[in-house]
Amino acid sequence: MSLIIDHIDKSYDAVKALRQVDFEVNDGELFGLIGPDGAGKSTLFRIMASLVIPDAGRCLMHGHNVVKDYREVRKIIGYMPGRFSLYMDLSVEENLAFYARVFGTNVHENYDLIRDVYEQIAPFKKRLAGKLSGGMKQKLALSCALIHRPEVLILDEPTTGVDAVSRREFWDMLKKIQKEGITIVVSTPYMDEAEMCDRVGLIQKGKLLEITDPSKPYDRDEAQLFSLRSNSGVYTYLERVRRMEGCKHAWLFGDQLHVTLRSEGDAVLIKSILDGWGDSSIEWKKITPSIEDRFMGLIEQESGEQLNNGETI
Amino acid sequence: MSKREHIIEVKDMVKKFGSFTANDRLTFHVERGEIFGFLGANGAGKTTAMRILCGLSYPTSGEIYVAGHNVYRERERIKKKIGYMSQKFSLYEDLTVSENIRLYAGIYGLGRKQIASREEQLLDRLGLTYIRSRLIREVPLGWKQKLAFSVAIFHQPAVVFLDEPTGGVDPITRRQFWEMIHDATEEGITVFVTTHYMDEAEYCDRVSIMVDGRIDALDTPAALKQQFDSKNMNEVFLKLARL
Repeated sequence: MSLIIDHIDKSYDAVKALRQVDFEVNDGELFGLIGPDGAGKSTLFRIMASLVIPDAGRCLMHGHNVVKDYREVRKIIGYMPGRFSLYMDLSVEENLAFYARVFGTNVHENYDLIRDVYEQIAPFKKRLAGKLSGGMKQKLALSCALIHRPEVLILDEPTTGVDAVSRREFWDMLKKIQKEGITIVVSTPYMDEAEMCDRVGLIQKGKLLEITDPSKPYDRDEAQLFSLRSNSGVYTYLERVRRMEGCKHAWLFGDQLHVTLRSEGDAVLIKSILDGWGDSSIEWKKITPSIEDRFMGLIEQESGEQLNNGETI
Repeated sequence: MSKREHIIEVKDMVKKFGSFTANDRLTFHVERGEIFGFLGANGAGKTTAMRILCGLSYPTSGEIYVAGHNVYRERERIKKKIGYMSQKFSLYEDLTVSENIRLYAGIYGLGRKQIASREEQLLDRLGLTYIRSRLIREVPLGWKQKLAFSVAIFHQPAVVFLDEPTGGVDPITRRQFWEMIHDATEEGITVFVTTHYMDEAEYCDRVSIMVDGRIDALDTPAALKQQFDSKNMNEVFLKLARL
């Protein structure tokens, strides 16, 4: 087992950042942690990187306790924090050489591992890191985190604020790194990146809500999830659908509405109401929930009625 | 004036920084009351264009009108008629919820009585009355975003510019935010929005996609999906913007 997170608690004053977070990551796995800002992702990653000590629970990295054996842990991990820890007044190549030397290696020894990533920024190797674009900083930071060929790569929101094309390229790079036998733990606020992971943990308000394998679909029948689509747009229908008997939740979802019903029987009733609206382009069908649907369902379940009535802080 | 009023009219807009062309002859318009998605990869030139439309930067050339005003000569008038919100700069962390509302309202020249009554309405609608005296830094991100948006349209601008407004929040809060955007358009406010969430592109009436300083595509999401033979806007974006 590459990583064991064993019932970790962490509070900052009155704020419970992590509550009994518990999961394991297998050797060579690409594990994603998905959740919004403030969910506790960065706190958990700092604990894994031996930079923050948990209040309770244990974190083992390849069997090494991140608190007691932090020296060992730091040798075998590569950590890329949310704010890239690059030296802005050093050049691209100086940053890379610096990280290599800190870990007692040199740029050539593991160059194979970073070649694909680094060659994209190599033309600018004399440029100061502070003068790079966001995408180039991201690639340099990844190269620096990999230069000592870590066993476990920890990436805290590497794609936040990055456009869809660059995000896709970044995930392609991660897949290649995974093939080199490196275990990867990565956090992201983007639901669409979940499908790139072997498994994902959904986290909200310090609590791990669920761990799921994106390739295994959720149970359609249990979910009672339906989609509504219309050529004339769906926003105009949102409030009408929400007011219907039998509708538990309805949300915009791309060019559709996703509607969760209270029970199977309501579907027929609702279909007949929709038919009466005189819009022949309306499509209404049962669907299999995506990870985003599932996450939304879990959030609703967690916060219950609070959400609609105004969340308490 | 055509069928619908063009609240933003851009013809051959060029912006150069030295030898670098950030905006290369952009031509488009935005109709009153529509949600206009302004998409593009990082570095494609979106922010540059948005700064010009907000009256913060001069174009190198081109004919550009925002809310009927010329971006060369009437920048102060433009600023009065627009609202702006970005994730990075929105509210003052060390002021309370209520103080932030009153500060923005005051800047836009609303009277004291008007501010007081609209502040009550706003807090009531957002369900934030009970935390009106909290400092912004103690308020969760999702509420901050909703408040920042409300403040940006408090003076009922003709058009509001939203620069990646929904970063970092959970999927439900993101959707609640988009419902607020839709509600604003029903009050006649035009919405000009950038985002990296491609599902949000589907919520726009029309979408433009910038690549290397040019607008390479502009149409309704449905038409773009058809044109690029894609099942969603993410595919459209990847096909267009992939280097």
